[in-house]
Amino acid sequence: MKGECRMKKNKGLLLITILVFSFLFVPLILILITSFTSGDYVAFPPVGFSLKWYTKVFNTQSFVDAFKLSIQISTAATVLSLIVGIPGAYAMSRFNFKGKGFMKTFFFSPNIIPQVVMGFALFQFIIIKMGLSVTIGLLVGLTVSIITYALRIIGASIEGLDYSIEEAAMILGANKVKTFFIIVLPNISSGILSAFLLAFISAFNNVPVTIFLSGPGITTLPVAMMNYVEYNYDPTVSALSVMMMAMSMFIMLLMEKVLKVKTVS
Amino acid sequence: MRKKWMYILIVPAFTLILVFLIIPILNSILPTFYNNGLSFKSYLDFFKDTFYMKVFYRTLKLALISTVICMVMGVPTSYYISRSKASIRGTLIALITFPLLTNSVVRSFAWITILGTNGVLNKFLLNFNLIHQPLKLLYTEFAIIIGSVYLFLPVMITSLVGVMEQIEEEVLEAAQSLGANRFTTFMKVVFPLCVPGLIVGSVLVFTGAASAYSTPQLLGGNKNMVMATLIYQKAMTLSDWQGASLIAAIMIVASVLVINIINKLAARLNERGV
Repeated sequence: MKGECRMKKNKGLLLITILVFSFLFVPLILILITSFTSGDYVAFPPVGFSLKWYTKVFNTQSFVDAFKLSIQISTAATVLSLIVGIPGAYAMSRFNFKGKGFMKTFFFSPNIIPQVVMGFALFQFIIIKMGLSVTIGLLVGLTVSIITYALRIIGASIEGLDYSIEEAAMILGANKVKTFFIIVLPNISSGILSAFLLAFISAFNNVPVTIFLSGPGITTLPVAMMNYVEYNYDPTVSALSVMMMAMSMFIMLLMEKVLKVKTVS
Repeated sequence: MRKKWMYILIVPAFTLILVFLIIPILNSILPTFYNNGLSFKSYLDFFKDTFYMKVFYRTLKLALISTVICMVMGVPTSYYISRSKASIRGTLIALITFPLLTNSVVRSFAWITILGTNGVLNKFLLNFNLIHQPLKLLYTEFAIIIGSVYLFLPVMITSLVGVMEQIEEEVLEAAQSLGANRFTTFMKVVFPLCVPGLIVGSVLVFTGAASAYSTPQLLGGNKNMVMATLIYQKAMTLSDWQGASLIAAIMIVASVLVINIINKLAARLNERGV
């Protein structure tokens, strides 16, 4: 109650908060409104109402192809990052060893190194030096760029899990591998799901790594969109933006659900 | 036995990062130190070149201004969020998260529609006769700053709300019952307690803004290059590997330096019991 009274008096703070939220959301709302225009260019207020720009997105082959590739490659990178990351996260939270501090920094390095640098170095190494395909470059580039989600989020989940439960399972005769799959995995499922969703959206949205690892016919959706924006200025991009916002919204709602399940259990 | 398991579990992640991050970076960067033996000539040349230096300073300047603006906008907003009722707080935090999950190209595109010559803002100002010619807002440093603040303000707010939520209501009541007004309470009690969050937020905003690619590319245009757009141009448009590798090395060193300096500063502040 007291908190509320204090809040009511503080009109200045409320005003700033409203302004900040407007700053964050008015631009996105403007995109939403302009995407329904029946005119030929992005304008506010929009002329008339139509869904023709949405239709145009679906009829633009480069966007459709890029979307398919984005979904496939982001899913593959996310799964790979979890397969590689979960054991690492487990080892880092359950074992003490010499050089653990170094290993922590090492595992955090994908977050310290600027992503454009990562993209450039991978382009030079994988595509130019090793002569591998752009798709492979894209897959490993995205996996490295999102590996810290698996390591950090799942690491935190494992740390929050009481080790005595594992010990109990092992005393009762389960071996280490069985204990991991039967006891640890189900107990950290919400952490794994959060890591999956965050890693996926982060891979899907990535520009600085993917822009170096695109080739003819191999372009992710954000990069295709960026190329389009540089040479065209029509509401197709508004419509596409709205669809991408819908996707973020969907992921966000899923996350809310996952986190709610976690707090209930 | 335990050791064997530990290695088996750690090796995959270690190998992935080593082979696909560390080795590629060394592969790019080591040649920049080689010029008939160990040499720093290319680095000396970089710091003597007026064009490179202009880009370098612009990158730091824009990132710094963006960080300061994010602090100024973020602190009061986070304070409001952290002190509001639990139900409202949940909604506000969810709202803040939404832009974070939205693609940076989408968020930059929003500002193209606003700042462009025929954009929403110019139309608005012209209609109300506040200006007679459209202002040049897009493809300026100003546009990059707006875009960066737009991109990273939610990061600052989430870092700040995290620490501000920890401050107990009783502490604020104690300060006020001892005679501090709301402003003094904020400056003397709340602000010092949220310094750790402010530092984390600032590191994320600064390093993020200094290395962002899509926002300066879309909002800054070719005249307002920053390090991230320059490395792309060098590598992909000009095929100048040496130049791109040089910029890559400088970006890594700058990023590591900033993170270390700010963390040291944070540790010192903690020692003083702030």
